[in-house]
Amino acid sequence: MKRHSAKRIIPGFGISLGLTTSFVSMIVLIPMLFLAVQSTDAGWSGFRQALSDPRILAGYEVSFLCSFAAAGVNCVFGLILAWVLTRYRFPGRRLIDGLIELPFALPTAVAGIALTALYSDKGWIGSAFAAMGIKIAYTRAGIIIAMTFITLPFIVRTIQPVLEQLDGAYEEAGRMLGASRGRIFRKIILPELTPAVLTGFGLAFARALGEYGSVVFIAGNMPFKTEIAPLLIMSKLEQFSYDESAAIALVMLVVSFTVMFGINCVQSGAASFSKG
Amino acid sequence: MYVELQNINKAFGDVHAARNVGFGIVRGVLAALLGPSGSGKTTILRMIAGLERPDSGDIFIDGARVNDVDPGRRGIGFVFQNYALFRYMTVFDNIAFGLIVQKEPAETVRSRVFELLALIGMEGMEKRYPAQLSGGQKQRVAFARALAPNPKLLLLDEPFAAIDAKVRKELRVWLRDMIHRLDVTGIFVTHDQEDAVETADEIIVTNNGRIEQKGSPQMLYKAPATPFVTSFIGNSAPLENYKRLKGFENGSGAATGVVRPEFVKIYPAVDGITYENSVEDAVVEDTAFRGTHWEVTLKIKNMTLPARYSLEKAPIAAGDRVKAFVYRLYAFDGDNVTLLENRNLDTHNGANRYSI
Amino acid sequence: MRKEVWIPCLLIAVSVLFVGVMLVLPLVVVLTEAFSSGLNAFLRAVTDPYTIKAMRLTLTATVAAVLINTLFGLTAAWAVTRFSFRGKGILSTLIDIPFAVSPVIAGLVFILIFGRISPLHPFLDALDIKIVFAEPGIILATVFVTFPFVARELIPMLEARGTDEEQAAALMGAGFVTIFRRVTFPHIRWALLYSVILCAARAIGEFGAVSVVSGHLRGKTNTLPLHVEILYSEYQFTAAFAVSAILAAAAVLILTARNIVEHLAHKEDDFNVR
Repeated sequence: MKRHSAKRIIPGFGISLGLTTSFVSMIVLIPMLFLAVQSTDAGWSGFRQALSDPRILAGYEVSFLCSFAAAGVNCVFGLILAWVLTRYRFPGRRLIDGLIELPFALPTAVAGIALTALYSDKGWIGSAFAAMGIKIAYTRAGIIIAMTFITLPFIVRTIQPVLEQLDGAYEEAGRMLGASRGRIFRKIILPELTPAVLTGFGLAFARALGEYGSVVFIAGNMPFKTEIAPLLIMSKLEQFSYDESAAIALVMLVVSFTVMFGINCVQSGAASFSKG
Repeated sequence: MYVELQNINKAFGDVHAARNVGFGIVRGVLAALLGPSGSGKTTILRMIAGLERPDSGDIFIDGARVNDVDPGRRGIGFVFQNYALFRYMTVFDNIAFGLIVQKEPAETVRSRVFELLALIGMEGMEKRYPAQLSGGQKQRVAFARALAPNPKLLLLDEPFAAIDAKVRKELRVWLRDMIHRLDVTGIFVTHDQEDAVETADEIIVTNNGRIEQKGSPQMLYKAPATPFVTSFIGNSAPLENYKRLKGFENGSGAATGVVRPEFVKIYPAVDGITYENSVEDAVVEDTAFRGTHWEVTLKIKNMTLPARYSLEKAPIAAGDRVKAFVYRLYAFDGDNVTLLENRNLDTHNGANRYSI
Repeated sequence: MRKEVWIPCLLIAVSVLFVGVMLVLPLVVVLTEAFSSGLNAFLRAVTDPYTIKAMRLTLTATVAAVLINTLFGLTAAWAVTRFSFRGKGILSTLIDIPFAVSPVIAGLVFILIFGRISPLHPFLDALDIKIVFAEPGIILATVFVTFPFVARELIPMLEARGTDEEQAAALMGAGFVTIFRRVTFPHIRWALLYSVILCAARAIGEFGAVSVVSGHLRGKTNTLPLHVEILYSEYQFTAAFAVSAILAAAAVLILTARNIVEHLAHKEDDFNVR
């Protein structure tokens, strides 16, 4: 190998890189390889199974639709929250700002049972809806609510810094030119926020897709109706059908990585755009 | 020679930062590496410091080959372009760092730091943090930090780049004085010819990874060795065909060259000119007030020439027709530069001795 | 003029309502349910030996995750931001992978490696080493899930700052320990503390991955979140919410600490990084 041209004058290269690669290999690389080997071990039949069994397909459908809906709900409310937190000063602002990260800090199982208690037919909110004949817990609506809870910080926290950096002068310039507030928001602010919203949406979607703890309690887990893909992995495991669970896992991993890759593209695109 | 580079080559991928670079610098001299950005000057400095490794060639400091010596052991003080002051340390701790690393006793460290603080005129500021200093003060602290371990060679990367024009002038003089007073050899990198001309004893002009010329500022100005140096140092304007100018018809080789404004004399139309044949008819294209003189752009035979014009003389304005005499110019022939004197110089001077 | 006032008011009202319903109400529910059968029932659930055991395991896994991931985060940040080398991009991607992997899949991976069907299983069995369905598995899964936390916080921060100061220190002959302790560490201490807090929060609350590798051996391989699930599925709602209340209190505590750290870091930034 050619000797590196830049001299490494800062000490600690060998040891830090050595430790890092061994950590990464032990904790990430080797386990991931194991999964890949295991899921392809069964050959195509395992995959065909994972992609054709109607119950598994229904599981994907529930996971994808609900994750999409939850990320969508959060785009709207996340945008409002980020806006309110960066642009307005009002009593309790700091408290709300601090609470945004609660879903990161609160154990998902706790969130799961709390939401179930809240939205079941006897719960504070659930009973009100039950009176109108709407069931929330143990339906897809419940899944969406749990996913919304768990992914709320992702969108707020990706939009917030962008809004903070967005120069007020932009808006003032727009106002000087006689643009209305709605127009300023649509034409000046929203385009600036689009990459952040997309990134937040992607992160939230990926997280919701993999979420297990907060969802299983409120979902009811009825096959074909409210059974999410991660739960399928779990139950296949409990039946000791490792190949199938590995195949389902691989399909989900491919989706997650695609989403992550998309996020990277959006971000590098946005970076080069704002530089150029 | 205190510092000597021999046949240094260095490439980053396809970009040649140094091609066969060789030069030497005498002890106690403050030298400038001057060139446009991307000319390789910073790479050369970093190779001397040991921050980059040359692909080939040798570097000597004080007679010893240092290619394989760790940068920390070359006995060099280095001032980074943005000073790289330790932001979380006070001025005192910044200056003391190199001494503490070398395990000097606390008392020595203390007295040396205060000695340096006095030298840079910042007594009483030792408890401040870099964020509380002005640009000029940061530069002084960086300088003191580099000097603390008593290096014999001080390298500075664009030391004036981040400083505004007024403080810059003061710092140039200050740096020059310090280097000479402390008996240190100094090399600094700059892209600004004023920095180099006003500060350095010796200038090394780099271009495209090559050394174009090395010499005192006066020498570079008076006897530029290459077309690049001629154009880069001092004010100048290119001439596409100087042979069309009176008095230069017989020049040899290619007809391109450059002329400096101080080589052109303007005679306003009101002045009587005795030896008409030696002067050109010129049209004033533009005038710019420069405080001590006018800077004038002339059009002569479809060529644009710069000139200076005294404030004392009859005012001229754009559009005026004037006479101009070109005393001398630099003619280019390949890589060579010749200073051509106007053939009619003696006659012209004799005839116009009394015409202002 | 009137429009100027009512839009902010409306938006603030929507925000407060949304945060109230989505975030505050669940917390309130946990507390009311936990004390619904009185203080004694709460205390009984909290001091139950199984709860104490689960708490101990949660603590062990959290400490392990924080220690390992802090060490890893520091070395990874140093390697990735202070040097350029081939394969840097791949390394960065690998570090991020645990973020993109569902916790359930993370658990599954460790079952595949150490479980009955693994080629390693005969060796482990012969040596009587139990990883899956035992504490080491829980710790491994927790480490995996929280793996990138510290590294991801430190890397962008060091990347943005450049290497000038370290180069200057190295040029003056300083060694690794001196450079790290005196030059680099002061820059990253708040970020480090901050990421350790996040890492701990996630480790305490991890459910999916731990649930897969635990095999639900009550009292043996239960963490607090798993214990909540078991109590809940046994219809011991008060006990489930009582244990949840401990976890919720920990979450609120962590959140407060996080906000204090962020505030302090901002204050220092304003002073130092101009």
